[in-house]
Amino acid sequence: MSAITLTNASLQFGDHKLWQNLNLSIEPGEFVVVLGPNGSGKTSLLKRMLEDHADQCIGYIPQQRGFGEDVAIRGYDLVRFGLDGHKYGIGFGTKKAVDKAIKAVGAEDFAMQPLGKLSGGQQQRLRVAQALVENPSILLCDEPLLSLDLTQQGIVSNLINERRTKHKTAVVFVTHDINPILPMVDKVLYLVGEKWLLGKPDDILTTKALTELYGSPVEVLNIHGRLVVLGAEDSLHAEALGGHHE
Amino acid sequence: MNNLGLFLGQSFAQNALLAAALVAIICGLIGPFVIRRNMAFAVHGISELAFTGAAAGLLFLSNALAGAVIGALVVAVAIGMLGVREKERDSSIGVILAFGLGLGVLFLSYYRGFATAATNILFGNVYGVSATQLGFLIGICALVVVGLVIMYRPLQFASIDPEVAAARGVPVRALGIIFLILLALTVTAAAQIVGTLLVLSLAITPAAAAMRLSARPAIVATLSVAFALTAGAGGVLLSLASGTIKPSVFVTFLSFLIYFVARFVVAPLRRQ
Repeated sequence: MSAITLTNASLQFGDHKLWQNLNLSIEPGEFVVVLGPNGSGKTSLLKRMLEDHADQCIGYIPQQRGFGEDVAIRGYDLVRFGLDGHKYGIGFGTKKAVDKAIKAVGAEDFAMQPLGKLSGGQQQRLRVAQALVENPSILLCDEPLLSLDLTQQGIVSNLINERRTKHKTAVVFVTHDINPILPMVDKVLYLVGEKWLLGKPDDILTTKALTELYGSPVEVLNIHGRLVVLGAEDSLHAEALGGHHE
Repeated sequence: MNNLGLFLGQSFAQNALLAAALVAIICGLIGPFVIRRNMAFAVHGISELAFTGAAAGLLFLSNALAGAVIGALVVAVAIGMLGVREKERDSSIGVILAFGLGLGVLFLSYYRGFATAATNILFGNVYGVSATQLGFLIGICALVVVGLVIMYRPLQFASIDPEVAAARGVPVRALGIIFLILLALTVTAAAQIVGTLLVLSLAITPAAAAMRLSARPAIVATLSVAFALTAGAGGVLLSLASGTIKPSVFVTFLSFLIYFVARFVVAPLRRQ
């Protein structure tokens, strides 16, 4: 049975149409990357998946919004939200599952420190622990590598990949830059305007396929093992696959 | 200090102390949530509008407290409806606050009772707390404490991490509205002690001081209540001892002193 299924799904804001008649099924243990220009409805796609699978246990890593110092909680508390934050009442004591999840992402050393004092990479590792603490069968990640340095990108993406190989967790991964995770990816879903394209990375990330999808000349280059898409946005600049950050 | 022993035997002082302690407990409890939800301005808005409600209550019902509760609840719901997004919220509150205060001044100008009744709303009159009002305060406190205990985990989750909370099925929006209602009740109760103008000294300052000292939610809550109790009950005791100065003065002074020491003395020492 598929972990996630979308049948004829469409997204529209007022008169503005985004992906239309989207069909997608993701198997347990599959790693699917969602690519596309800004405003192509990538985050909304994750939100739709959350709504459609509300009865299932889903791990969710939202787009990074650093925590300020005045939240006055520890990393431990953030992870614990993932376990029992939705339950009513106060909830005393400590939880083994929380310790285990923290250990799994190697955050033991800083989990008890104030969240606001931790680096972006440390906060993001705790986010992964939070999303995985309840052993979800689906993991949805929204730009989890944004604003992390290369080392931290590697650590966070390996944690996510390890999870799906060991526990057959289906992973949906929204990103601007596919390069750090390219070897892990099973399928690419590429969203442009009302259109979309789904397939293996080798079939989708080609000059021919993307030119057809965008409806304008697009070139996919392989520069020293890094994929770069030229001409993907309105103006001619490297975008979508090539380390572009806003 | 001779005043103090003399006064403590009398029921007005006992009522005042009990009222201050009750209000301090709920303010201390709700304070950390107010800060985590970035709602200090909402507290101020609600309390100013509790003034309008109280003025209306005096004029139409001859009962300032009932008016204040109704006023605060109306405003809380209005803020909840108008300002869903954090960015829009402050401007909505500003709009409601300015209009509401004007309305309050209008009500007061028609009020022909004791002039002190009006200043009591603004600056508090804990010595005037009657047995009935005390019962009312106990009811409000019980409701707020029970409400906060039940909502504790999901409210914390929704306040700090709203997106994931929503993804996990926490009713973020509904909790926000219920929280505003509990906040309105707390603010009204606190206004009895320190007045509507000084509510922040009990609803924000102790929690802000606690958050300077710890990042453990349980310790933050405990410290916040302890600080609020020290300021609230301590303010009443100092006022009794002084004989002439209003408790609100000492409450605001004490809570500011606690914040100052926490932020500029204890926190830097702990960092070393």
